Amino acid sequence: MQVPSHVEYQRATSVEHALSLLAGPEARVIAGGHSLLPMMKLRLAQPELLVDINGLAELSFIRLDGDELRIGALARHADLLGSAVAAEYFPILTDAERVIADPVVRNWGTIGGSLCQADPSEDLSAALAALRATAVIRGAGGARTVPVREFHTGPYETVIGPGELLAEIRVPVLPHSGSAYRKVKRRAGDWPVAAAGAVLQLGAGNVIETAGIGLTAVGAAHFTAAEAERYLAGRPADEESFAAAGEIAGRECHPAADQRGPEDYKRHLAAELTVRALRQAAARARGEG
Amino acid sequence: MRITVTVNDAEYTREVEPRLLLIHFLRDELGLTGSHWGCDTSNCGACVVWLDGKPVKSCTVLAAMADGRAVRTVEGLERDGRLDPVQQGFMECHGLQCGFCTPGMMMTARWLLDHNPDPAEAEIREAISGQVCRCTGYENIVRSVRWAAEHPAEVTA
Amino acid sequence: MTATEEHAPPAGFGRMKRKEDPRFIRGRGTYVDDVRLPGMLYGAVLRSPHAHARIRSIDISAAEAHPKVRAVITGQTLAGLNLAWMPTLSNDTQAVLATDKVRFQGQEVAFVVAEDRYSARDALELIEVDYEVLPAVVDARRALDPDAPVIRDDKEGRTDNHIFDWETGDAERTEQVFRDAEVTVAEDILYPRVHPAPLETCGAVADYDKVTGKLTVWETTQAPHAHRTLYALVAGLPEHKIRIISPDIGGGFGGKVGIYPGYVCAVVGSIVTGRPVKWVEDRSENLMSTAFARDFHMRGEIAASRDGTIRAVRVTVLADHGAFNGTAQPTKYPAGFFGVFTGSYDLEAAYCKVTGVYTNKAPGGVAYACSFRITEAVYLVERMVDVLAFELGMDPAELRMRNLLRPEQFPYASQTGWVYDSGNYLRQLELAMELAGYRALRAEQAERRARGELMGIGVSFFTEAVGAGPRKQMDILGLGMADGADLQVHPTGKAVLRISVQTQGQGHETTFAQIVANELGISPDDVEVVHGDTDQTPFGLGTYGSRSTPVSGAATAVVARKVRERARIVASAMLEVSPDDLDWDGSRWFVRGDPDKGKTIAEIAMAAHSSLELPEGVEGHLDAQTVYNPPNLTYPSGAYICVVDVDPGTGTVQVRRFVAVDDCGVRINPMIVEGQVHGGLADGVGMALMEVIAFDADGNCLGGSFMDYLLPTSMECPSWELGETVTPSPHHPIGAKGVGESATVGSPPAVVNAVLDAIRVRHADMPLTPAQVWRAIQGRPLRTDLAIT
Repeated sequence: MQVPSHVEYQRATSVEHALSLLAGPEARVIAGGHSLLPMMKLRLAQPELLVDINGLAELSFIRLDGDELRIGALARHADLLGSAVAAEYFPILTDAERVIADPVVRNWGTIGGSLCQADPSEDLSAALAALRATAVIRGAGGARTVPVREFHTGPYETVIGPGELLAEIRVPVLPHSGSAYRKVKRRAGDWPVAAAGAVLQLGAGNVIETAGIGLTAVGAAHFTAAEAERYLAGRPADEESFAAAGEIAGRECHPAADQRGPEDYKRHLAAELTVRALRQAAARARGEG
Repeated sequence: MRITVTVNDAEYTREVEPRLLLIHFLRDELGLTGSHWGCDTSNCGACVVWLDGKPVKSCTVLAAMADGRAVRTVEGLERDGRLDPVQQGFMECHGLQCGFCTPGMMMTARWLLDHNPDPAEAEIREAISGQVCRCTGYENIVRSVRWAAEHPAEVTA
Repeated sequence: MTATEEHAPPAGFGRMKRKEDPRFIRGRGTYVDDVRLPGMLYGAVLRSPHAHARIRSIDISAAEAHPKVRAVITGQTLAGLNLAWMPTLSNDTQAVLATDKVRFQGQEVAFVVAEDRYSARDALELIEVDYEVLPAVVDARRALDPDAPVIRDDKEGRTDNHIFDWETGDAERTEQVFRDAEVTVAEDILYPRVHPAPLETCGAVADYDKVTGKLTVWETTQAPHAHRTLYALVAGLPEHKIRIISPDIGGGFGGKVGIYPGYVCAVVGSIVTGRPVKWVEDRSENLMSTAFARDFHMRGEIAASRDGTIRAVRVTVLADHGAFNGTAQPTKYPAGFFGVFTGSYDLEAAYCKVTGVYTNKAPGGVAYACSFRITEAVYLVERMVDVLAFELGMDPAELRMRNLLRPEQFPYASQTGWVYDSGNYLRQLELAMELAGYRALRAEQAERRARGELMGIGVSFFTEAVGAGPRKQMDILGLGMADGADLQVHPTGKAVLRISVQTQGQGHETTFAQIVANELGISPDDVEVVHGDTDQTPFGLGTYGSRSTPVSGAATAVVARKVRERARIVASAMLEVSPDDLDWDGSRWFVRGDPDKGKTIAEIAMAAHSSLELPEGVEGHLDAQTVYNPPNLTYPSGAYICVVDVDPGTGTVQVRRFVAVDDCGVRINPMIVEGQVHGGLADGVGMALMEVIAFDADGNCLGGSFMDYLLPTSMECPSWELGETVTPSPHHPIGAKGVGESATVGSPPAVVNAVLDAIRVRHADMPLTPAQVWRAIQGRPLRTDLAIT
């Protein structure tokens, strides 16, 4: 088995302590380690210092706070999958977690870790983009918020700077809404060939008030199908609208051919999965499950 | 750096490099070779052990991260010389052939039964879906876990 | 009843728990990486990033200066010992460490020996290699182009990448049949490059003792004795001073048959440093450099009558062997047993031609439970039969029923000279159809189709030829494929059986004890099976090609019968009668007509070691030895039916059901037989739907990790449904045929046929990933051996 190169290790005793350790060059956070350690074993990542934040209980929570679901960066994937409040308000998150990695990896991998890894095929990035969630980043100077849609600046790159730490994700509760996530993978536990998440807020007469569509693994800018979202606003939540939105989503993304599939197939999936996610989001919004 | 890890209820203090992976700590430092490794990318699950009571892939955890924590490995499944029902089940139902994936499978199975004492076949398959077996085609692994569910000789948690 | 209550095992054949399990379930197996010797060092291999490149220079000075490094070995070092190249199991040569060129991505270039495995890995980065990159031959179909780069320019006079041509059957007669047949179908069929990927990677611990001159090597090997002899021949070490120990092995599947450069380097490392050296490869090394399987580009043709009678089969094959011909084949069979492409059918004529070529990829081809290319042969014929069914609009099960060999035709000499020993094929397929509820499934399929739902039913029938083999016809590197077996019964009636085959999970410690138990009427618990250590076991060619039961199992039965015959003589002395007056009742020799006067093996054993006077010329103790030279191969068979559901919008496939009716002759331990079948069926799901090692245009390997080389999990596998027929092998001492590879052979075509049946496409190549299925529905399937662009 491949092994990492030399690295120093410090265990953070508080968020402040973590931030001061992270201010140094080549310091990286290690939480679950299931994004970073594989990179380190392949020697694609060679940080000088690992800052272990697993002991920071203050970052480990999932709770409804007023009209927001707040997810601490240290929440494990298994915690989010098992969260009753998440399932009730944001089934898109439960749908997504069910197909992220595998049950054992989910025990230790964290929400924050996945988001900060910023893999272009990462599922939560798309789900949280669809939810128009916000990232709360803490630094020496305090906290700042960044919409998840602006959190990623490129493959494996985020807005988090030296001396900063992702602290939590906040997801706004939308009344009269439903959400869903759909993913195609070659095998259980595999990264997506493509995946789509949809969030629909319905008004009177089955009209779509707001739509959120997240896409992953297909090169969609900011993990979002923005044009498809704009198309849906004000339209009826019916098959015709969904089909049209899917088609737009399939056209506005930029999938690259690889061993998971050729470009035409991935575009097709972006469209098809958008339609399916919309369909189920609408059904859930109407209370049809 | 110096770390202290409780493994199978015994405390071990050792000098290790920060980069030492937990699986290597268990196997090479402590001589507990019952847990195995089989890949480089956290896919195969041959290395599954319990860390603070939860199954984890120990190839993707640093020994340093286990400092002050508790680990349980396959060597810690039997208590006072009595086999765990999961271990007995794997023998009863031919749940192993080469035995390489078996320790990891049993650790996950034991955790599953501790939290879901009467799992359906689909739940067992889901629980082990992150772990590969090349010999058994999974059928008898599932039957072994069902056997353990139906013959809970004692509570081991 | 408590969980730990002991059940008395049956004295002989039947279901019984495995004797080897107690150590494994406690985590007390001893695999190669568990071996720890005092002073042991760790080796690591530096590998080429390029598929084809000249080596201008290698600078190892920085690596040698690393404080934890004890030795750095290059091709230069080995060349001085005449070890830079070694023979392969196909009479070719393979570089141990590259000297002039590297010829595949992942090829071994240097070997570092250090105090611990982390330092060894660090030191690899300190070695500087100056490469001159050359164009690579990646597409096997272009390997023989006139302007293709010559890969094996290390061989004198080499001007192309051609390895061999081989043919079998009657070309002229076959052409005649094709000319006057009512229907002919042809199809290009790829069996992609795949990998056995056992969960334990390959490795060795080499310990050369300078004082005694003894070399001990713990190795992940399926053929310890063959390795011993090869090390002696190649390294010039005296064979009686070499001990190969194959401890517990975490799966072999044919991937642990050959000698890998890493083993040789570990041996040299130990000689050079004077300390034991452990080398265990990581997973990417395993996938990128060790024995891959298949990579057969086939063009299949069937000539038939309109009523569905199959008259002839013709195949042309281009075989991609990688940069060195490293396949493990019996010498006279460069394309293995591909000659069974005639399948399970009665044909008027058949012909095939196989051309082997070099490419800039890892060496291999024969591995992953292929039974020496039978996986390829069966896939070809079973796919072609479905292509014919598609063309004729016939039900694929019915088409097979029409053409399967009838029981009265056995022993059956095929058009390519194979004599199938026994089979009841019609009953086998019938049984599979009953278990599956075939008619109801077809009715359900029609209903679903009307609703736009895609459900598929795939059928596959196969005959294998296993148990290599008669020494006159079969040898590997000149070593005949006969196996020895030794049996000793101790004074207290407990027995020790020493066999040459080496288990990697097949349960030999149990099944071979059962064979002895069955012959001697003692408990299998009273038979210790010793295997894997060349110092303690007789010579044999190893475990692969499902040969353990057919050859070593036969040897075991024969040696046990020799012991039983010796026991008869001792019993006659004990009972003071003539040996001819004694009969055997399953556990005693007793006086005919006076059944109360009898002796068990245990009683006879004690007497044989005592002061009992024995007849003139009869030696004491109760031991025997034998070398079994099989008179023929054995022919297991299977009828498989797979049911899938395909999502037309995404191309995803779910295997709903899989019914497998196997015939492996007499079944020693049905529990173990079932386990072997279960495992092989999972292989088929894997290969049909997700497993492939593809390459891009530069020769970069795209299947070098378990993120890319996908293995099926518990989620993709259904609950297997098994049945059996039993047609004993007429020439095998216990009528057994072997089963280790059957399911891997028969399952890929069943799954592929099912998916193509669902989407009503005549052919598309494996793996049928969601992308491939969707593309096939669009009429534009992908070529799967190269990068998807």
